[in-house]
Amino acid sequence: MARTDPKRDVVIVGLGWTGSIMGIELAKEGLDILALERGPDRSTVPDFQYPNVIDELKYGIRFGFMQKPRNSTITVRRSLDEVAQPMRRLGSFLPGDGVGGAGIHWNGQTWRPMANEYNLRSYVEENFGADTIPEDMTIQDWGVTAEELEPYYDRFEYMAGISGQAGNINGEIIAGGNPFEAPRSRDYPLPPLPQQVDSQMFGEAAASMGYHPFPRPAANASAAWTNEYGMQLGPCNFCGFCERYGCINYSKASPQTCILDALKRYDNFSYRVNSEVLRVNLAADGRTATGVTYWDDEAQEEVTQPADLVILAAYQLHNVHLMLLSGIGEPYNPRTGEGVTGKNYAYQMTGGTTLFYRDVEFNPFAASGSSGISIDDFAINQIDFAAEGFIGGSYITAGLSNGQPIRGISLPAGTPSWGAEWKAGIGEWYGHAMSIGSHGSNLSYRDCYLDLDPTYTDPHGRPLMRMTFDWKPNDIRMTQFMRSKIEEIAQAMEPDSWRSGYKSEGARYDIRPYQTTHNVGGAIMGTDPNTSAVNRYLQAWGQHNVFVLGAGAFPQNIQYNPTGAVGALAYWAADAIINDYLPDPRPLV
Amino acid sequence: MTPRFLHATRRRFLGGTASVAALASLSMPLQAQENLVPLDEYEPTFLNAAEWAFIMAATARIIPSDGDGPGAIETRVPVFIDRQLAGPFGAAADLYMEGPFDVDADPNLGIQSPLTPSEIYREGIAAFDAWCVDNQGGSFADLDAQAQDAALTALSQGEPQLRPELLEFWSLLVQNTKEGYFADPMYGGNAGMQAWLYIGYPGARANYLEWVGRNEEYRLGPVNIAGERA
Repeated sequence: MARTDPKRDVVIVGLGWTGSIMGIELAKEGLDILALERGPDRSTVPDFQYPNVIDELKYGIRFGFMQKPRNSTITVRRSLDEVAQPMRRLGSFLPGDGVGGAGIHWNGQTWRPMANEYNLRSYVEENFGADTIPEDMTIQDWGVTAEELEPYYDRFEYMAGISGQAGNINGEIIAGGNPFEAPRSRDYPLPPLPQQVDSQMFGEAAASMGYHPFPRPAANASAAWTNEYGMQLGPCNFCGFCERYGCINYSKASPQTCILDALKRYDNFSYRVNSEVLRVNLAADGRTATGVTYWDDEAQEEVTQPADLVILAAYQLHNVHLMLLSGIGEPYNPRTGEGVTGKNYAYQMTGGTTLFYRDVEFNPFAASGSSGISIDDFAINQIDFAAEGFIGGSYITAGLSNGQPIRGISLPAGTPSWGAEWKAGIGEWYGHAMSIGSHGSNLSYRDCYLDLDPTYTDPHGRPLMRMTFDWKPNDIRMTQFMRSKIEEIAQAMEPDSWRSGYKSEGARYDIRPYQTTHNVGGAIMGTDPNTSAVNRYLQAWGQHNVFVLGAGAFPQNIQYNPTGAVGALAYWAADAIINDYLPDPRPLV
Repeated sequence: MTPRFLHATRRRFLGGTASVAALASLSMPLQAQENLVPLDEYEPTFLNAAEWAFIMAATARIIPSDGDGPGAIETRVPVFIDRQLAGPFGAAADLYMEGPFDVDADPNLGIQSPLTPSEIYREGIAAFDAWCVDNQGGSFADLDAQAQDAALTALSQGEPQLRPELLEFWSLLVQNTKEGYFADPMYGGNAGMQAWLYIGYPGARANYLEWVGRNEEYRLGPVNIAGERA
């Protein structure tokens, strides 16, 4: 069975952060909009309400709010020669599904990239010489600058009610903030969250060593906030169930708390759930999209949905998958370096040191997602790449985001993982450990990319997307550098004992343990249709009525959590569509 | 050592000699206690008698009863595992289970077994028990604690050479045991919230703003999702 529905002005694929932002901005223009969400509907009540959502097993361990690999997964290999295997269960990263997407289950860290991250290749070439860049490293400039995007970061941060402390307002350095950040036009909308014991200890140690500690920018409201859409947040109560959970308390910024109720009031906006888009349909000449085809799970039939404008607002992986399935952009070929769709997949390089204190009560269960203290003294704009032998940087940070016991209790080195000593260990050390982490850049490489798998298929019979990715020596040198800095701080903090976990030489990508849900690239933005999949306004080079939102646009990964940049780029693209594209639909570049 | 969390509670309610189990049973709401069928009368849903005996014995070594804090048996971890294996988790309801299955693929690329978790338990228990008979002189459940620990250590190191489809058996067993120990009691384990009491975890209270930044013991005991207090 199949049907064709009446044409819409706009169809939006995916109703998470970017789909909600684009939805409400275009709804205000009076366009007739349909959003298609492949997962279920979700609202704070009943889906995130207390006490049902305070269930570590169901949501933290069995991933109740995440994509089910049975419905949608990828295959993974680490080199061009390896046979990719399907990711049969979740591990390394956790794409969300349902209304709100990953925007419901994030911790809330909301950063702006460093100014030099937008023009990384040019920055390296101009400051350290082109030969600093390894032959297989494919970093590119974004085609936008920090100055151009500043108003859109500001917009996103005020919409989401971010709690933080500015470090640089229009060039003036503000005490207590991040002195290395790109200039911002005004302070955060809300003051920083209160800090836990571990964060206070880290901040004091860092300051005593001459570093510049500042509070992490957090999408967990520190006070009541009403945003531009009239949506309200209440102060975070540090419930300890943030990442992997919807917020019980209307405190964490999410599409639900910040946009959706306002958006649903527009009569010209509607959305359908359990409706998975199978492909974008292109006109006979391939130069525009005519709409999408999706699977209506309720009706059990394929639906052709014509539309004048197609917004890809699914998770990064799924946007790229749809582009590959639909013929949007030439698929990237790692052997020739030609093609663009799927190019420059990148991830996030992280590591950390855990410190144990017998006599300190950290109360890790009393946690918000993003309170904590960071330093950016080893950020990507503070490092002499030529001298250190790597390109990249990290923020270094402390802050306990939960104390949930199944997800892991840190135990001193040498403690067995089961038996009498394990049991004694958890009794002795629960609540007595803290961590200092490195959250760092991951650059792009010729053979790290996304294409279609030749063997495995999804329930709709479509090829799964195949990820080819491994850690590279440049990024391992970066994280080892951060290790040396963090261990100095750890020793200065005089714990009873400490242990480190960082990627070391020869480390291979392992999809089993959770790392981060910061998958980027594959639909990269840029200035040249031969080297990027979308232009600087996130418009497909080949199909001017297709815009591709999200972290797929990053040509390499920034050293920060991606949501701030994802939100700013969504507002940037919305502005271009409304003010430039709609009056005269055409390629904007 | 004395669990820090109980320290305050004991002083307040029971004096210094009460065991964790006694504390939990004294303070547990009556209704919850009545619902707990003794483990030797529990009728498993998924596990057969031999498998139940294995799970009882193995979880009792993974989280033993002696020393401070409750063990897997006091917290009814075997009930949790039986229920999990009987439900969507055991049936691999969320997992991608399409072939081909390259069971010899590099472990970094993730588990590639065609078996569901419940099938891995069923075949893993049988295979490991057969190894115990051949190498330790008896079924796992019949061995003494020392021999059981030696057998589990061998299992953890891959010594029994179970077929590759069962590679995950040990890690599943340990993971599910810890899940049963710490999950909300509604899933069958963590009876009386004893595991939460032991480590000082307040369970589902989920409201701590006034405790942020205070380097001192949190003094309220745990609550569960059903709203019961330990």
